[in-house]
Amino acid sequence: MPETLVFYLLAALAIGASAMVIGQRNPMYSVMMLIASFGALAALYIQLDAPFVAVAQIIIYAGAIMVLFLFVVMLLNAPQEDRAEWDRSHPLRQPGVTRFGTLMALLLVIELTWALTGPGRAVESGAAPVSSVREVGRVLFTDYMFAFEATSILILVAMLGAVLLARREGEQP
Amino acid sequence: MFNSAFDAIVPLLCVTLAALASMSAEAFRGKGERMPIGGLGIVGLAGAAVSCVLLWNRNTSSFGVIVADNFGLFVTMTLIIVGLLTIMFSSQVLDLHDLPRGEYYTLVLFAIAGMIMMATANDLLVLFIALEIMSLAVYVLTGIRRDDQRSSEAAFKYFLLGAFSSAFFLYGIAFTYGVTGSTRLDRVGTFLAAQSMADNPLLLVALGLLLVGFAFKISAVPFHMWTPDAYEGAPAIVTGFMSTGVKAAAFAAFARVFLSAFEPFSADWAPVVWVIAAATMILGTVVGVAQSNLKRMLAYSSIAHGGYLLVGLVAANQVGKAAILFYLLAYAVTNLAAFGVIAMLGARDRANDELRDYAGLWQSHPALAALMTVCLLSLGGIPPTVGFIGKWYIFSAAVGSGYYGLAIIGVLTSVISVFFYLRVVVMMYMAERDGAPALPRVGAVGMTALAIAIFAIFYLGILPTAVLDLAAASISTIF
Repeated sequence: MPETLVFYLLAALAIGASAMVIGQRNPMYSVMMLIASFGALAALYIQLDAPFVAVAQIIIYAGAIMVLFLFVVMLLNAPQEDRAEWDRSHPLRQPGVTRFGTLMALLLVIELTWALTGPGRAVESGAAPVSSVREVGRVLFTDYMFAFEATSILILVAMLGAVLLARREGEQP
Repeated sequence: MFNSAFDAIVPLLCVTLAALASMSAEAFRGKGERMPIGGLGIVGLAGAAVSCVLLWNRNTSSFGVIVADNFGLFVTMTLIIVGLLTIMFSSQVLDLHDLPRGEYYTLVLFAIAGMIMMATANDLLVLFIALEIMSLAVYVLTGIRRDDQRSSEAAFKYFLLGAFSSAFFLYGIAFTYGVTGSTRLDRVGTFLAAQSMADNPLLLVALGLLLVGFAFKISAVPFHMWTPDAYEGAPAIVTGFMSTGVKAAAFAAFARVFLSAFEPFSADWAPVVWVIAAATMILGTVVGVAQSNLKRMLAYSSIAHGGYLLVGLVAANQVGKAAILFYLLAYAVTNLAAFGVIAMLGARDRANDELRDYAGLWQSHPALAALMTVCLLSLGGIPPTVGFIGKWYIFSAAVGSGYYGLAIIGVLTSVISVFFYLRVVVMMYMAERDGAPALPRVGAVGMTALAIAIFAIFYLGILPTAVLDLAAASISTIF
């Protein structure tokens, strides 16, 4: 029973925070709300016995990706949405980005309804379930050892490229 | 020194170590000190070439994900040749534009390492990482001339669209894993062959997404949009490198995934690839006719050549598979040499890549004009150059498998393409040079590389049997 209670609490938090993301005028607050939403989702993953996914959610989404978002918001220097352009007409009648976003949201709703209501839609997967951190680590350093090592080269190339392109004009190392 | 479990990655290791060595060399280089960093690359590539020869016919694999079968080794050799020629052409260009030598060579070598990994990967995940290593290095190389706005724009467009296509590709891998439970190509192949999955929608989605990812990298229509801009904006030598190396690596991986693992599904993907091949050949040729910038023209020409390669993939018979390998080599040598000429004629303040810049090249640079003519004739597929043999085998493979339509489209577009290749030749020999600034002289290293390439074009064009036999022997190991 308390588990169910916690679930509903977290679910409400996630949904509420997500709603706040699009309800904010200040993009900075939107980003903060997104972090809250991600946090609630991570807690839900823990409830689902998938601690690795939860940790990854925190590290990658709430950590790395949100930092990126924040940087973009700060670089764009747009602390406030322009009040004059606030259009309260039907979202589908609004131009460009809003209409696209609304269509995507509708599509998602239809897709989720279809996926959750139909019986036996789950596809038999050949993949063995991997959830615990220990299992992920074992697989990472046995089956995927080469891929793991190759990733280090990938990151090295990315760093080298970033340094090369971002270096100031005329600056020699 | 190496135990046998590591055999298959030795060529890859050689190139990677050379890349790391040039990176360290650059770090320890004193200010203003000159170091033969390109030489490190040549040593590494030579080592990789030797190990390829030693591994031939051994059919080894490392970690189960990198396989040194003859197919992979043949492509690896092609990539090594691309790398060697690129490094030889680059020296002069780097001096001219004052580009960072150490970083440039390091990125080229890392890109080649990624390409080799792509050509020999037997695992979709490793394939993806290899693709990213290669792509990241090439994005940066595209934008390496930071004082040139076109170069930066090209890099940015290429990067954004490339990132999109990578996402598609990764999604395809995820779906494949979801259905088959493995990312290993051999296991995927066995799984698909054993079970009747013909109508599984998830698998078709996976197939489609993988196809999009590959089609982008080989710039097949309708995923070719980035090609003209990226090829025109990048420094000419980088364009030569990416139009040959990236295409060869992507095609090798494409062939390996679709002709081995997804072979049971050929009835599903062959018609789609048929349409893509036809559209690619036609668009590349027709739009190429209208170009006045030589790099842009060669960009469309390279799109068309991707179409010819796709014909070999659709045909998918023994001749077709061997023809793909041979054509990749032929196209790589020819196209790289053509871009080498353009790169070396570039001056500090102007690229000299417009068609009219080549007016009267015959008078000022007779040797270079002759070499360029050979390259263009080979691209057009005129005997006795290697381009002719390559196209001959591709189209005879298509006819052999009953794809007469594709063969006819291929021959017709080849004929049209000769028009725009000859336009350059006419410009070089018949037009007068009207007041444009004189073109720069070409250095000895670059000329040597060009001579090697031209020798290869004629050698493979007149005596192709030995290499064709190697190509035929290569495909027997995997398909």
